[in-house]
Amino acid sequence: MIAHTTERILQTVLVLLAISFIAFLLVATLGDPLTSLLPPDASIADRQDLIMRLGLDEPLLTRFLHFLNGMLHGDFGISYRTQDDIGPMIATRLPATIELAFASLLVTLFVGVPLGILCGVRPNGIISRGVMLVSIAGITLPNFVVGVLLIAIFSVHLGWFPSFGRGDTVQIGGWTTGLLTLSGWRAIILPAITLAAFQVTFVIRMLRTQLLEVGQSEHIRFARARGLSERRIWSTYAMRNALLPTITMLALQLGNVIAFSVVTEGVFAWPGIGSLFLQSIQAADVPVIAIYLIFVGAIFMIINLVVELIYPLVDPRLKRSGA
Amino acid sequence: MRGLAEAFRGRPGPIVAATLIVLLVVYAFVLPLVTADPFSMSGMSILDAFSPPIWMDGGQATMPFGADDQGRNLITAMAYGLRTSIMVGAISVVIGLVIGGALGLVAGFVGGRTDAIIMRLADVQLAYPALLLAMVIDGIATAILGRGRSNEMAIAIVIVSIGIAFWVQYARTIRSSVMVERDQDYVAAARVTGRSNTAILIQHILPNVMAPVLVIATINLGIAIITEATLSFLGIGIPPTYPSLGSLIRNGNNFLQSGEWWISVFPCLLLVALVVAVNVLGDHLRDHFNPKIRGRT
Repeated sequence: MIAHTTERILQTVLVLLAISFIAFLLVATLGDPLTSLLPPDASIADRQDLIMRLGLDEPLLTRFLHFLNGMLHGDFGISYRTQDDIGPMIATRLPATIELAFASLLVTLFVGVPLGILCGVRPNGIISRGVMLVSIAGITLPNFVVGVLLIAIFSVHLGWFPSFGRGDTVQIGGWTTGLLTLSGWRAIILPAITLAAFQVTFVIRMLRTQLLEVGQSEHIRFARARGLSERRIWSTYAMRNALLPTITMLALQLGNVIAFSVVTEGVFAWPGIGSLFLQSIQAADVPVIAIYLIFVGAIFMIINLVVELIYPLVDPRLKRSGA
Repeated sequence: MRGLAEAFRGRPGPIVAATLIVLLVVYAFVLPLVTADPFSMSGMSILDAFSPPIWMDGGQATMPFGADDQGRNLITAMAYGLRTSIMVGAISVVIGLVIGGALGLVAGFVGGRTDAIIMRLADVQLAYPALLLAMVIDGIATAILGRGRSNEMAIAIVIVSIGIAFWVQYARTIRSSVMVERDQDYVAAARVTGRSNTAILIQHILPNVMAPVLVIATINLGIAIITEATLSFLGIGIPPTYPSLGSLIRNGNNFLQSGEWWISVFPCLLLVALVVAVNVLGDHLRDHFNPKIRGRT
């Protein structure tokens, strides 16, 4: 068990190092930091100064170590586009993205889970069939089309919600939140639904499949034979077995959610990390793209690792044999 | 052909999907042959700008879906856009198939260190969703080639980015099939007759491992089309001066607020119809050609 855990952690660190190296190579080989960061009339002394400061005269491997070291100490480099430090750029935009992700998670929990349970417990009911039909749309509709159609209906036609931005925000310490104002809540609803569309359909379909499967299993039949109430059978015996794989699969879908958050932020001009990434791609701002790549890779790999390592602890059936 | 006919017998969903795809392809490739390009000066008429769909006040019979801000007839513009989207999707799938296929063949056949390197590369790439990766490759290509690029260059970049973003799935599938096939008697027989490794790979093994990959390719075609549309909509794919479903929706999105909803909504619906049809067909082919599932439904 411990050997396996160490091996998986080592693998993850290696892959992360590989990702960082590729990202570093992008920054090191693409674009010219001197022309990007210096004014056109910079003197030769200024150029020398910047070369020294960025360490451009050192060997590639030394520069990679500096790059890694800098990242560990919160120094992510300088954006070619705005000439600002990347660290603070990300920090000011992080709250918007986290609040959006949080809101879409709420939508997933309060819409996806109940509907998924309904479809799993009563697969032949009229509502279940309707939900399954609509969920096909959630899977096939491209994320940005969902956004555009929601704007067309709820923002332009009905005028209920704004179509872009975060509304009024309140500053609490280093965190700007839109969740304390009415306009902030109104602004987050459409983006949250857009981002959640994929997860909601995913949860509904996963829960339904799992519950249908669990419903056939020995221990449920036995519980019925014991004369337990249907409510109790589903809520205590079936749900436990069905929720675990669903949550796991959802966690493993995180990469897609991050990609979709870029699209959603693009559609709604949401001032988060996703739209920063978009602007950086449009401007070929390689340092920011590189940091974003490392950032997303790290989140994704760590979540994967945690899910894989925790799974056997939560589900005793999956203890690795011989470990 | 008989197998194909059998695949559709008694299944209304896939038949409707296949018919819709044929109709959309005809629309996308025939209409542009007989109409002026709405993205050249001769194809637009500024007097018709913002002309609404035919059933609304002020709609014109020649413009059933209305016109956009430059007076482009939407029914023509959408045919041009659909043509680009279908071609970009199809070519990028082929590129992904060729890259992934080649790497998968080599990895499975050679094994050892080569296999390890290719598969670790695949692992690293799998940390990123294809959509995000296509965005990054597009951005990097822009950084290398500069921003003043032509429409053709932009389209080529989009095609290659989507192709690269999707190679892993093909490589993994082909690799695992090759690892089974390479120990078969017919491979040993070919080797005894003195054929080179390349010849064995391409002439003997490849035909035997293609079937599952082609089904994946059908399903990926839908995803590739969505990816192109998403990139173009976000302004990092095909430029707004060139028609694709994504760039049409992007352009229409500018006028959504002022009430000219048809400029973006109709291309959206067209995109959805295309993708749903391709997906239904792909799912059906997958179920039909997968002996494990066949007979169960």
